[in-house]
Amino acid sequence: MSGLIEARGLTLRHGRREVLRDVDFSIEPGEIVTVVGPNGSGKSTLLRALIGALKPSRGKVTRQRGLRLGYVPQGLRLDGSMPMTVARFLNLPSRVEAAACAKVLDEAGAGDLAGRQMADLSGGQFQRVLLARALLNDPQILILDEPTTGLDQPGQASFYRQIEALRDRMGCAVLMVSHELHVVMSASDRVICLNGHVCCEGHPEVVAQAEEYRALFGTGTQGALALYRHEHTHRHDHAPGETCDAG
Amino acid sequence: MLDDFLVRAALAAVGAALAAAPLGVFVVWRRMAYFGDATSHAAILGVALALALSIPVFAGTLVVALLVAFGVARLTGRGYAADMVLGVAAHAALATGLVAASFLSGPRLNLEAYLFGDILAVSKMDLAVIWGGGASVAALIGWRWQALLLSTLSPDLAAASGVKPERERVTLMLALAVVVAVALKVVGALLIAALLIIPAAAARPLSRTPEGMLAGAATVGVIAALGGLWAAWSFDTPAGPSIVCAAAITFGISALAGRLVGGRNG
Repeated sequence: MSGLIEARGLTLRHGRREVLRDVDFSIEPGEIVTVVGPNGSGKSTLLRALIGALKPSRGKVTRQRGLRLGYVPQGLRLDGSMPMTVARFLNLPSRVEAAACAKVLDEAGAGDLAGRQMADLSGGQFQRVLLARALLNDPQILILDEPTTGLDQPGQASFYRQIEALRDRMGCAVLMVSHELHVVMSASDRVICLNGHVCCEGHPEVVAQAEEYRALFGTGTQGALALYRHEHTHRHDHAPGETCDAG
Repeated sequence: MLDDFLVRAALAAVGAALAAAPLGVFVVWRRMAYFGDATSHAAILGVALALALSIPVFAGTLVVALLVAFGVARLTGRGYAADMVLGVAAHAALATGLVAASFLSGPRLNLEAYLFGDILAVSKMDLAVIWGGGASVAALIGWRWQALLLSTLSPDLAAASGVKPERERVTLMLALAVVVAVALKVVGALLIAALLIIPAAAARPLSRTPEGMLAGAATVGVIAALGGLWAAWSFDTPAGPSIVCAAAITFGISALAGRLVGGRNG
């Protein structure tokens, strides 16, 4: 197989509800793939099945033998019952050299956090530490599940710039769930539109024009805006012109 | 030296405290306090069965604790509310054990000894079981330490790193069953969970890493074991509850100290 991770006929149930149905998936080295879809469409479930955290009810997930994988989960918070410094966290589950820790922390923009307690970090700092951990061991693929949840807009923008810079420098594949349309439209090689099954996929421009995508998110650029607005309740942030366009 | 019952009692208490520490920190981190209660209450049923079948009490409690631990884990895995299942299991196990014990006639069964511990009657054989069991718990958790920590923080991160969180959960249940069987003689079925939780909780405000908290829990456990035993001897109080009281006092002091040094739990 040529893909780093492949899924064939992936079907997954939570209890009686079928969350994913017959999903085929593959990602090539160096490729950036973004998964979009409404809430509850199975985006996180797909990612968790691909890393092996969830067992498919039917179908098969194949990861390349010895695949080096970096994963940033969605909305992880630590409650502080376990004392854990950032540096110690990076040493799980295998010990790494202090120099390697310092390097990934720098790369993720969290260079000064090594001695801090995980539970004391702000949302943005926490995401950067998770990214740093994902960068250890020189991953062939980064899997990011809504990595900017909880970041403000400048924070999101800089986070994604960092991801792009990292991909360019390290040449790793990136698979992410994201609501940031500018990322989908500019940085992705391929977009997968998911709603329990793969509605459509392909180059971002193509997907944005696809009927299935429009059915989920509205039409044309307004579709992009509808998705955007769907996720951000602060309408007053938009320029008046944008809102008029969408209406 | 081992012929002195007080020396044997001290060694038993210290051994049980050391066995409880590596598991106790995970009980606190994973919010398994109620789970520990359910499993340790089941020990009474194990005692009753062991006496009825004339097998060693250690073996009986170990088997029943294992069955209850895995049974509860299975039920909660099937979507029952964990809190409810544990509430049912903890009390059902205790009640069933007490009823089963009532069927056993004769002077063999001193129920109080199993509910609250009977540390002054510890034999050399008991000591071997306590230290052997404690050593195996320490070895098991030491072996899986890194994987256990990551699975506790996030099962998904663990899976992405090739660790199987399910397997680590089984590790902890095995360790829990051994600790219950080991600590039964020392603090009794009703207070085993206290021996797990209180030293770990006392260590939390003053530690910065998981390893630091483990060392702290072991230290507090040993202090409580010896302090409690001393108090029991001096004031003629029951030994098991005295040990737990000593641990609780240490917890209070640690919480205050944590507050003073500006720890995050302050």
